[in-house]
Amino acid sequence: MEKGEAGGVVLKSILPVLTVIGAILLFWLVAVVPMNMHLVADQAQRDGLKVTPDAPAARQEYSGTGLALRNLHLVPLTYSFVRPTLPAPQQVAGEMYATIIDKKITSKRSLIYHGWVTLAPTLLGFFIGTGLGILLAVGIVYSRVMDRSVMPWAIVSQTIPILALAPMVIVVLGSMGVQGLFPKSLIAAYLSFFPVVVGMVKGLRSPDAMQLDLLRTYHASNTQGFWALRLPASMPYLFASLKIGIAASLIGTIVAELPTGAKAGFGARMLVGDQYGQPLVSWAALFAAALTAAALVGLFSLIERMTLKRMGMQAA
Amino acid sequence: MLAVAAAVLWALGWWVNVRLANGPASDKPAVKVLIPAIFGLTIVVVWEMLVRGFEVNPVLLPAPSAILGRLASEGPRLWADFEQTIVKGAMTGYLIGGLAALGTAILADRSDFLTRGILPVGSFMAALPIVGIAPIFVKWFGSDWESKAAVVAVMVYFPILVNTVAGLRDTGSMQRDLMRTYGAGYWPTLMKLRLPAAMPFIFNGLKIATTLALIGAIVAEFFGSPTVGMGFRISTSFGQLALDMVWAEIVIAALAGSAFYGAMVLIEKRVTFWHPSQR
Repeated sequence: MEKGEAGGVVLKSILPVLTVIGAILLFWLVAVVPMNMHLVADQAQRDGLKVTPDAPAARQEYSGTGLALRNLHLVPLTYSFVRPTLPAPQQVAGEMYATIIDKKITSKRSLIYHGWVTLAPTLLGFFIGTGLGILLAVGIVYSRVMDRSVMPWAIVSQTIPILALAPMVIVVLGSMGVQGLFPKSLIAAYLSFFPVVVGMVKGLRSPDAMQLDLLRTYHASNTQGFWALRLPASMPYLFASLKIGIAASLIGTIVAELPTGAKAGFGARMLVGDQYGQPLVSWAALFAAALTAAALVGLFSLIERMTLKRMGMQAA
Repeated sequence: MLAVAAAVLWALGWWVNVRLANGPASDKPAVKVLIPAIFGLTIVVVWEMLVRGFEVNPVLLPAPSAILGRLASEGPRLWADFEQTIVKGAMTGYLIGGLAALGTAILADRSDFLTRGILPVGSFMAALPIVGIAPIFVKWFGSDWESKAAVVAVMVYFPILVNTVAGLRDTGSMQRDLMRTYGAGYWPTLMKLRLPAAMPFIFNGLKIATTLALIGAIVAEFFGSPTVGMGFRISTSFGQLALDMVWAEIVIAALAGSAFYGAMVLIEKRVTFWHPSQR
C-alpha cells in the first residue's frame, strides 16, 4: 500500500470510529443516572437532602429513570457517587490515573504492578505455546500419521470451553506445590497452542502445487523447501494466529486469577473490588486489562506489518 | 508392569495408525474417522493403565473408568447442571446476544459511515477480556441464570456483530445492480441478496460464539450461583476433592461444546448450500 493511500484509509475511518466510541460513551453516561439513582437517593436522604417520594419503600416502586425525573436535583450526584452500581466514565478514568500514574510501581495498589503480575505469565505461556504449536504444525505437515491422528483433535479442542477450567488447574497445581508464574503460564500456553497449530498448518500448506513443483525441479530438499517456501508462505497465517493467541493467553491468565484467591494481577483486582465494595477498583482493572489486550494485539499487528512489508507481502 | 504394557499399547496404536495412514485405503472416509478414534482411544487406555500402574492419587488425576462411573451414577445431577448452565444460561444469552448483534448490524448497515466505525471498534472489543465483567454482572442481575445469560450475551455480541457487518458488505456491485434492474427496494435486496450472501460470515461469527457462550456461562457461576450448575459443581467438587466429578463435568462441557458447534455447522450447511466451501 502506498503511503498516501494508507493515510487516506486511516483518515477515512478515524471519524467513524470516533463516532462509534462517542455513541458508546454517551450511552454509558446516560445509563449512569438510572443505574445509581436508588442508591444515591438513599444516601441523599441520610445526608438531609429532600427526596421525593420520602419513604425508601415507596422509592422501590419507581424505576431508576422515574426516580431521576422526580429528583432532578440529585442527578449530578449520580456521577460522583462513591460506591456506584455503574461508575461514571470520568470516575473510572480518575481511578486509572490514580493507580497507574500516581502510584509508585512498587505499591500493592499500582495497576502497573498488577499488570506485570498478569502480563509475565501471559507472555511466558504465549511463547511456550507458540513454539510448541509451530513444532507440532511442522510435524503435522510432514507426517501423514500425525496429520490424520492429531489434527482432528486439535480442531475439536477449539470447541471445548477449556478456559472455564483455568481456575481449577491453578488450584490443582497449587495443591501439588507448584506456584507462581508456572501454573498461569501453562494455561496461557494451552490457549495459544491450538490457534497457532491450526493456523500454521494452513499456512505451511498454503504454497500451491506449482510452487512445490518448481522447487522439485530445482532439486531442492525437504529442508530447503521448508525454509525457502513453506515457512515464508506461512507468515500471514502465523500472524493471524499470533493475534488470536496472545488475546486468548491474556484472557486465560485473567480468568485463572479470578476465582482462585490470587493476591495480585488484573483478575485479582477485579475480584477484590467486587468483594470489598469498591467497584471503581474492579472497573479500573477491567479497563486496564482491556488496554493491555489492545496494546498486545496492536504490537503484533505492527510486527506483522513490518515483517510482511520486508518480505514484499501485504498485511491483511 | 502396567506401565510397560501402556508403552507397548501406545506403540501398537501408533503402528496401526502409521499403517492405516500410509496404506492404500487412507483416503476413505471410514479410515479418516478411524485414525483419530484409535489415537484418542489409545490415549484414554494408556491414561487408565498409567494411573493404575503408578497408583496416582485420585485427587490429582482420576482414572477414566472412575470418571465414566461418575457419568453413569450421577446422571440426574449432571443433567440438572447441564440444564441450568447450558440451556438456561448459555443458550438464552447466545440467543439474546446473537439477535441483538444481527439487529445492530442490519441497522448500522444502512450507513456506510457507521459501518466503517463499527468494524474496527467491534473487532477490538471482540479481543478484549470481556469475561471479566462476570463478577459485576452477577452483582447486578443476581446469582441465578439471568446474570449468566447477560454475561454470555455481551461476550457473543461483538464477534457476531463484526462478522455480520462484514458479511453484509460482501455483495458485488454487479449483483446489486442486477437487483436494481429488477426494481427491488432496500428490503427485497436485503432479504433476497445481501442477507443470504452474508450467511457464511454470520455463521463464522455464530461458530466462534458457541465456545464463548459456554465459557461465559461456566465462569460466571464461579462468582455466585444457586446450588446447581456446571460451574458451581466444578468449584464445589474441587473443594470436596472429588476430581472424578470435576472431570465428569468437563466431559459434559466438552460434549456440549462440540455438539453446539456441530449443530451450527449443520445449520450452516443447510443455509449456505450454494457457497463454494460447502460443495
